[in-house]
Amino acid sequence: MAASVPGTAGPKSWKRSCYHSHGCSVEHLRTWRREREAALRSARRLQQLFSKRHLCEDTSSDGEVAMDSETTALLSEEEVSQLLRKIQRGTEDRTVSMHLLRRGLQHREIQQKFIRLEGSMSLLIGLFTSNLANLQMDAACCLHELSLSTDPAVVEACLPATSYLLTYLSGHSVALVELCLYTLGNLVVEMKAVKKHLLPQGIIPVLASCIQSPHVAIQEGVGYVLSQLLQSKEAADEIIPLVLESTLPQHMLHLVCSRLEDGIGTAVECAWGLHYIICSQVNNSLLISQRTVPSLVQLLLELSSLIATTSVEGLELLICPVVRCIGNLLAEDKTDNNELLIKEECLLKALFVFIQRFLPKHTFVVSECLWLMNNLTVSSTTSCSALLSLELFPYMLKLLCSYQVISLLVLTVLCNIAAKGTAYCEMLHQKAVLPSLVNILVVSDVEVVGQDLELLHLIFLHWPKAATDFVNHSGLYALQQHQDNLHLQERVKALIQTASRLTAVPQNDSFGTESVHFTSLQS
Amino acid sequence: MAGEETGPFRFRPTWVRYPADHPFFEDGDVHRHMYLQGLLENVTKDTERPRTSEFSCQIGGCSQVFNTLESYEHHYNMLHRNVCSSCKRAFPSTHLLDVHILEWHDSLFHIMAEKQNMYQCLVESCLEKFKSSKDRKDHLITVHRYPSDFRFDKSLKARRKEKMRPPSEESSASMDMTVEDSEQSPVDAMEIGPNESIMESGFQSGTEGTVVFPASEKWLYKSRIPPAICFGQGATRVFKGRKKKS
Repeated sequence: MAASVPGTAGPKSWKRSCYHSHGCSVEHLRTWRREREAALRSARRLQQLFSKRHLCEDTSSDGEVAMDSETTALLSEEEVSQLLRKIQRGTEDRTVSMHLLRRGLQHREIQQKFIRLEGSMSLLIGLFTSNLANLQMDAACCLHELSLSTDPAVVEACLPATSYLLTYLSGHSVALVELCLYTLGNLVVEMKAVKKHLLPQGIIPVLASCIQSPHVAIQEGVGYVLSQLLQSKEAADEIIPLVLESTLPQHMLHLVCSRLEDGIGTAVECAWGLHYIICSQVNNSLLISQRTVPSLVQLLLELSSLIATTSVEGLELLICPVVRCIGNLLAEDKTDNNELLIKEECLLKALFVFIQRFLPKHTFVVSECLWLMNNLTVSSTTSCSALLSLELFPYMLKLLCSYQVISLLVLTVLCNIAAKGTAYCEMLHQKAVLPSLVNILVVSDVEVVGQDLELLHLIFLHWPKAATDFVNHSGLYALQQHQDNLHLQERVKALIQTASRLTAVPQNDSFGTESVHFTSLQS
Repeated sequence: MAGEETGPFRFRPTWVRYPADHPFFEDGDVHRHMYLQGLLENVTKDTERPRTSEFSCQIGGCSQVFNTLESYEHHYNMLHRNVCSSCKRAFPSTHLLDVHILEWHDSLFHIMAEKQNMYQCLVESCLEKFKSSKDRKDHLITVHRYPSDFRFDKSLKARRKEKMRPPSEESSASMDMTVEDSEQSPVDAMEIGPNESIMESGFQSGTEGTVVFPASEKWLYKSRIPPAICFGQGATRVFKGRKKKS
């Protein structure tokens, strides 16, 4: 756990997980977690992937509240109404009633009952804007519980509070500002609320000033609201232009790059926000002009040395969006890569550190790093030579035989290298790629084999001597396996011809010996 | 090398750009959302707030008791930071306090307001100014979608009403109470009963609902300290330097 590493990537900054609070067996939790993951996956496919973040600590376990969570879940509408009357009258047990209400509002049914009661929301807003500091915090927590609802009706009921939530963001109470931020971050999932209320109420300028707060908790909260706002489908039209006009992108970049010590959580949120902005392509040349690429590359270098020296957990949450930002910005036409040149070798090394660290647990990091490697090697001979001269090259060949997605990406990077011409193909040959390429031909995945054929073609084209090695490794026999595949047969045929021509071995002759080679390889 | 190629081979080095919703990003996105929903095992962290022995607020006239530094900080920032030195009202932000001081306690303001638009919009990022608070209110409702009873927008009419109240009530009057009697619609049925039951108690009082210091004592404290003296960071503020942007 992060906490075990003193002085590094601030464990303080990670939000609590609700994972431990369910109080059931590990096996049960795993199943539950798998189910949640599957649900998230299908939500993403439907473009409905949204999350809300829970912030409130439940302080009502102090013993002052006799009722437990299950009891509050069963409150009837009449009981909720009674609770509100008690709170309204301001009797002595108001604090207790508030805590009960807050616990109750963690349950969907009570949320529904609450918003149906006439005047309930204006009572809550009245308390929220009152000057009784403790009650105000309790009311803010109640609003936060409501904001977590997935029911649009509950979110809509919260909308009268937005002008106050935004007003308090300019205040000085860190705890209240943080709570308001997470409540807003949950509410902005409803795009209607954003368009109709929050944008006219000036959420973007408020966030732009709030992000300059010296408090890590507030910075992370702003990052959360921004990432929620920016990831919506309509963000490109409605929100991103406003964000780009403000000073937010520069502050976000600064927080991504400068908070490794005490605010990894902040960096994570802001990095995802930047990723969404860059994906929208609204004005990437602006971000490029703000030195986004070199700053993020520098961050990856720092992260790679952090990973090498400590055991901080969860860094993939930061590495992933940062890699995406660089990858997509490199793909922009206007990117001036000159500045990058000096650091390309270091960056490639860093990417290998990430790949080694996150395989096989988080293969998505591996794929995304390889995608970035592709964008680095497309036109840069510096990157290609760096990759060939790294000690890590053999490791890259090992990756060829791991997962289908990864093999495909590695092959593409190797193709980029081979396409640079003779010297590069000669190097590839020297680095003993051919046995691996022949091995790959054995797999059945059409895409992977297809990419392998492209690579072989490039190598034979630029460095014909490699063909002999290929044939010696039973390459021709391996090629024959794909002769009947509609998608591959043309290229297979062409390669067999080339290889045979280059090695001047008559085809018919090769079969007998090839098959012997092949079976010996298999065993 | 391009152009040399004939035949069935198609590979060309190409930069690949992925849109946010591309399947290539699926696993990473799911992982991100598992983190947001608190489903990752490795990044769990409890932030236990240390408790201290009880202590009370040292600001004169206030003796509210706290057991965590956070709750005291919150209390101080809400009630003692953006406070008008003339009428003791607390405001949630510096901007709202500035606007209040200007409109309530600057004698020049009303003279100038007759000549030009002087009422600043309450939305800090909005630079518009208005001829009257009524115009501003309309602007807040139509442009910024503010509620018609926005609590921190106090009209002069409300001010006059309050002036007629006994001083104890006025001085403890809080940040809200914009709600004019006529606006107390039936929707407010649940609204904080008589306004004061909630709103009055906190400001200069100790524990909730009980006023610790009688009004007279409060005035005594005030008379001993010159209004220009200000304790701690931004304890109370006098009329000074208006907002730069205005």
